[in-house]
Amino acid sequence: MAKKGPKGKPQPLPAPEGKKGSKAAPPPKAAKRVPKKKQMLLESSDDSDTEQQQHLQEEDSDLDLPSDSDAEELSGSDAEADELSGSDAEGSGDEVEEDEEEEEEGDDESDDDPLADDFLADSDDSEGGDSGIESDESDDLEAKSRAIDERKLKAEEEAEEELKTNIRSESDEFRLPTAEMFPAVELVEVLEAFEKRPPECLRTNTLKKQGASSFLPVMALAPQEKERIVDMAAAPGGKTTYIGALMKNTGIIYANEFNEKRLHGLLGNIHRMGVTNTIVCNYDGKELPKVLGMNSVDRVLLDAPCTGTGTIWKDPQIKTSKDIEDIRNCAFVQKQLLLAAIDLVDANSKTGGYVVYSTCSIMIAENEAVIDYALKKRNVKLVPCGLDFGRPGFIRFREYRFHTSLDKTRRFYPHVNNMDGFFVAKLKKLSNTIPETSESSKASEGAVEKADPSGDDEDTKAVPDEQEKSVPDKDEKAVQMKNHKDTKKANKGTSEPKPDKPAKHLKNHKKDAMETDGPESTETNEDVKEVRHEQTKQTGNKKKIASDRTKKFAPKSTSVIKEKKPVSDKKRKRKWQFKLRRDWEAGKKSDKRRKV
Amino acid sequence: MRPLDEKETTQVFEKLFKFTGPNLKHLLERPAVEGPDPEPGRYCLRLHKNRVYYASEALVRRATAVSRPRLAAVGTPIGKFTHHGAFHLTVHALDLLAAHARRRVWLKPDTERSFLFGNSVPKSSLARITENTKAGDGIVVMSMADVPLGFGVAARSAQDCRKADTNAVVVLHQADAGEYLRKEEELM
Repeated sequence: MAKKGPKGKPQPLPAPEGKKGSKAAPPPKAAKRVPKKKQMLLESSDDSDTEQQQHLQEEDSDLDLPSDSDAEELSGSDAEADELSGSDAEGSGDEVEEDEEEEEEGDDESDDDPLADDFLADSDDSEGGDSGIESDESDDLEAKSRAIDERKLKAEEEAEEELKTNIRSESDEFRLPTAEMFPAVELVEVLEAFEKRPPECLRTNTLKKQGASSFLPVMALAPQEKERIVDMAAAPGGKTTYIGALMKNTGIIYANEFNEKRLHGLLGNIHRMGVTNTIVCNYDGKELPKVLGMNSVDRVLLDAPCTGTGTIWKDPQIKTSKDIEDIRNCAFVQKQLLLAAIDLVDANSKTGGYVVYSTCSIMIAENEAVIDYALKKRNVKLVPCGLDFGRPGFIRFREYRFHTSLDKTRRFYPHVNNMDGFFVAKLKKLSNTIPETSESSKASEGAVEKADPSGDDEDTKAVPDEQEKSVPDKDEKAVQMKNHKDTKKANKGTSEPKPDKPAKHLKNHKKDAMETDGPESTETNEDVKEVRHEQTKQTGNKKKIASDRTKKFAPKSTSVIKEKKPVSDKKRKRKWQFKLRRDWEAGKKSDKRRKV
Repeated sequence: MRPLDEKETTQVFEKLFKFTGPNLKHLLERPAVEGPDPEPGRYCLRLHKNRVYYASEALVRRATAVSRPRLAAVGTPIGKFTHHGAFHLTVHALDLLAAHARRRVWLKPDTERSFLFGNSVPKSSLARITENTKAGDGIVVMSMADVPLGFGVAARSAQDCRKADTNAVVVLHQADAGEYLRKEEELM
């Protein structure tokens, strides 16, 4: 019996779903078995090929209703499964995802054999019914069945798209990016490579065998002799000592470490290595511009504190212990540190003016997003790292669109470069002046800004699905924030596609309100200091995000629409939504008072 | 961080003198390598939290911006003042001493480990010793490859060493490079 022709048809359903990372294995498999059963049934009952094809088509016609419903079931069940596993699978993380994909693909192939037994036992009724149809309507159905096939394919595609959006809506940035950063085949390699230790390197003692990833940022930094260098997060000292070695003990290195406990190891390593040109201090990196003076050093190396997702081999707990909040907090701190680092550098330095930002993480939120943020906030530009290996950073990822120069950043992976997962970016400071307004009105930046909140929107929508009241509020917020950003950027053209995305979730009146307010609201210039104040406020706010979500309720929705205009006057920083909400409301009240 | 006062300075110099002899002023007056300034300044000693640091003037000047509780180190530490006011050289001074010391001792390859574990040097470990060593001189202990391993005080003069039996102590241990691993916590 010719068997495997028809197998192609159910395949498209499972395979792409597998790739999308549908997490629950059992429901899709159970659903997939149904169409296969019937196909197998028909195959077994036929002799000739032509008849078989007809039967298949008939089967399709028969199966259309059930198969469409199957497709819907699949997508529905997958969506449900995704949502369920969304909350559950934080623990399982990437590995489980990968395993399930593999399992699904493997099971698809093995389904046929067990099914042969199953359907003989179960589907006696369908057997009779199908065979009856076969004999009667074979000729007529050929033409119809082709049309039906097309419909079925379309249904499958729609199901896939649904899955896509479902996954996105409840996506945890942490859980899924590897599924989309890498093609499925590579994904397996990535995850396996993360489990293994990269080759150890050099020093023991407090340096704890740092791999080559310690040296890459310093190679990018390329410190020259007699320069003033700041290492903002120096412990345990691998990079600082390498910088000292490259500079041959000339110049000055300010080695700063925030964590006192790690300071000890840093000191030990510096002195043991015979690096004599250091001043070791114990500050929070954000304070360094005040201490050392703005625009005072030649180069800065910022190896930012991160979630450590590139070094899972050291600490397998990272897979399970980090969640979206950790990433956001990290990203926030990293942005502040990077701005401080940029402020430290003297753009007019004869030999320098560079900032190297590196993390041992592969998360977009901690890498490209932070660099993109800095590009907007300060007069800096990305320059090639000087490292000719490693993959270029992402310019676009999901809904994010970053500045095109971000391909000069470099990503290193364990499965490609045989070292820790790593990210390096080198920035050159163009001028010491801090842009007061969000100057560059590039469409890409506007898109990114919206992308950030929209990404957050979807995240937040996913989690408190039950709290329907809170969801529309967040949408409003997203919409309003987007409004502010739109007007700020004066990119009304680019604003349209973005609002459409959450528009699905928005109620109509809100959408209308958003559109009308967009062109009217104006943005005033932002003071950098205010930004910083907001940022400090925002740190507090950020931590209350979880509680904020629960507190927000629908009653504000109507009042929101009216108050959009005055709010837009208030200076707003394009940051995570949740903080802005709080400020925005406070600003709303003050503006109202002002107007009155 | 403050400059050393009279008493402290004499204490430090006394200890250093044992190793360097008249070369002591070289220590402080050699042109400074560190610092971003084009003209090299000099070196100086500074006291910070009971530790004495040896750093170039340029470095010291810039370190004044860092507030006292936040400053961890400047340049290289060479020693510390104990609770009762005595001064001891620590292993961090090894590079400095090795560069300027007058008396050295070379150890046989097999016996390096014993010294690195903190034991004193018996005559059996001795491969070479500088000729005019007197008892009580500061000695830098080197390996045969001229790698400084640590320093100590001579227990006997060079002539006495020849007469002494194999197990007699030649160099009293003060600091060695193994302390970076053994006494990691105590050093800082």
